[in-house]
Amino acid sequence: MRFYTNKGDKATRFGFGEGVLEAAKLNPSVVGIGVDITASVSMDLFANQFPERFFSIGIAEQNAVGITAGLALSRKIPVFSTYGVFAALRTTDFIRISVCYNNLHVIIGGAHAGISVGPDGATHQALEDIAIMRVLPNMTVLSPADATQARLLTEKAINDLEGPVYIRFGREPVPDFTIPEMETNIGKGQILKEGNDLSIVATGHMVWEALQAAYSLKKKGINSRVINLHTIKPIDKEILIKAAKETGKILTIEEHQIHGGMGSAVAEVISQHYPVKMRIMGFPDQFGESGTAGELLQKYGLTAGNIKKECEILLDS
Amino acid sequence: MATTQLEHIAKDIRKSVLISLTEAGSGHLGGSLGLADVFTVLYFQIMKHFPEKPNHPDRDKLILSIGHIAPVLYATLSEAGYFEKEELLTLRKLGSRLQGHPGRDHGLPGLELSAGSLGQGLSVAVGMALADKMDEKKREIFCILGDGELQEGSVWEAAMSASHHNLNHLCAIVDRNGVQIDGQTSDVMNIEPLADKWKAFGWEVLECDGNNIDSLKETFSKFPTVNKPTVILARTKMGKGIKTIENDFHWHGRVPAKSELPDFLKELE
Ligand SMILES: [Mg+2]
Repeated sequence: MRFYTNKGDKATRFGFGEGVLEAAKLNPSVVGIGVDITASVSMDLFANQFPERFFSIGIAEQNAVGITAGLALSRKIPVFSTYGVFAALRTTDFIRISVCYNNLHVIIGGAHAGISVGPDGATHQALEDIAIMRVLPNMTVLSPADATQARLLTEKAINDLEGPVYIRFGREPVPDFTIPEMETNIGKGQILKEGNDLSIVATGHMVWEALQAAYSLKKKGINSRVINLHTIKPIDKEILIKAAKETGKILTIEEHQIHGGMGSAVAEVISQHYPVKMRIMGFPDQFGESGTAGELLQKYGLTAGNIKKECEILLDS
Repeated sequence: MATTQLEHIAKDIRKSVLISLTEAGSGHLGGSLGLADVFTVLYFQIMKHFPEKPNHPDRDKLILSIGHIAPVLYATLSEAGYFEKEELLTLRKLGSRLQGHPGRDHGLPGLELSAGSLGQGLSVAVGMALADKMDEKKREIFCILGDGELQEGSVWEAAMSASHHNLNHLCAIVDRNGVQIDGQTSDVMNIEPLADKWKAFGWEVLECDGNNIDSLKETFSKFPTVNKPTVILARTKMGKGIKTIENDFHWHGRVPAKSELPDFLKELE
C-alpha cells in the first residue's frame, strides 16, 4: 500500500490558512490576530470571511501574544501567525509566561520556516524555532510535511487540543503528497515507507526529500523505513524505539539548526531507551544567507541526494 | 462602603502583608504596602466579583501585571473571603497555592493570571477586553502596572492597541511611587511626562492620591468613559503605613525581620 501520492506543488502556509478557516467555520470561538503580514501567512482567508473575529494589532508581536493570552482566558481560541523568527523568538518570554505558564489554548503559526524562505536572508530564516518552542512546558510543537497535512494538523490543533500549540510551515511551494485518508494524529509519527535496513526520520519539507532518498536507496537494494515526525512534542517514543530495535540505525533530517531540533529530540529518546547509531542532518550551527530556496537547500545538503549519501555512510559505519 | 470602613480593611490588608512576608522570609514588601489602598477600593467598592464563585462569568477582572506584589493581592483575596487567612502563612513555601509570583496552576481561587515577567499584563488585559467587546459583554477589566514597568516597551504596544480598538471598559492603574530597585525612577530611566504620554496614546488620564481612600473612590467613579480606555496614575508611597520604611526603595524587595514585626504591626494600629 502506498501512503501518499504527489498531487503537485503547494506551499504549506496555504494549508495552515485553510485549516484555520475550516475550524473557524465550525467554531465561533476561533479568533485571529494579525501583525501586518496577514496575507503572507495566509490568514487572509480567515480575515476576509470573519472580519469581526479578526483583530489587527500592527507590528507588535509581543503585544499580540499577550493579547492571545487574554482572549484565551476569555474562552476564545486565538490564532496568531507571523514569520517563525518573530513568532517564536521575538516573543519567547511572552509565550513562556503569558501563554505556556497559564497553559492556554493559543495557536501560534510559525511561517516561512527554514532556509527555504530564500532571498530574504538570515534575519528571516527560522532555524532555531523548534529548539526554543519544544523546551517550553505545556507546548505542543507541530511540523507538517506538506499543505494537506498542515491543514489537517491545524484543524486538529484548534479542535482537539487544550494547551498552547506552535505549528511551523514554509513559504515555497513543495510537493503536496500526503493523503487525508491516512491516519494522522497529533503525537503519533507516521511510517510512510516500510523497511528494516535503517530508518530515516524526517519532518516538514524534508519528508518528501527523505522519501525520494529512500527510493533511490531501494534501487541499490537498501530498504529504509521513512518516518514522518510531524509532531515533535509530545514526541512519539514508541515509533522511534521500534525503529531503533528493528532497523538498528537512525538518520534524522530537518530544515532547522542541527542543535536542539527534531534530531536532538529523537536522540533524547534513542540514547536513553535503545541506543543505536544516529546521524542528525540539518542546517549547521550558523546563520543562513540569501539565495534561492533550491540553491540554499543544495548548498547546505538538505536534498534527497545528500540524504541518500549520508544514509550510505551511516550504513557503512 | 464608608471611607472609615475601607480604611479599616486597608489596615487589615497591610497587617496580613506584613505577617505573611515576615513568615515567608523573602518577597516584596514596599510595593505591597503602597498598593493596599488601591486593592481595598477595587475589591471592596468598585469591582463586581463573587468570592464564593470565583469564576462567575459576570465578574470584573483584575490583572496584576506586577506579579511581584502578589502578597497584597493574596491578602486582599483572603480578606474578601476567597480563602482562609491562615493560608497566607504558606506564602512562597513548597506546595503552597501562594507562589512567589502568581501561578494559576497551583489553584488559588481569584487569580486571573500567572504573571511576573514585567510588561505583559496590559497586553493580556487588552485581549480580555477585546473578547468582551466582541461578545458585547458589560464587564470592567482592571490592570495594575508599576511605574518602573512602564520602561518596558511592550506596555506602549499594548497602550496603543487599547485605544485603537476603543477598549473603554479597560482601566490601567499605574503605581506611581517614583521608585524602583535601583533607585528613583527619574534617575534609573525617566518616564515623564507620564500623563502626556498616555494622552498621546489615546487614553483618558486620571490622577489621584493612591493612598487616600476618598481620592481613589472619586477617581474610580469617573471610569468608564464612552470611547477611551482609562489610566489612573495613582501616586503612592512605597512602604506606606510604616514610617521608617516609607519611600525607601531598599524595601522594594526586603521583608521585616521577625524582631521588627511587632513594632510594625503596632504602628498600623
Ligand atoms: Mg515603582
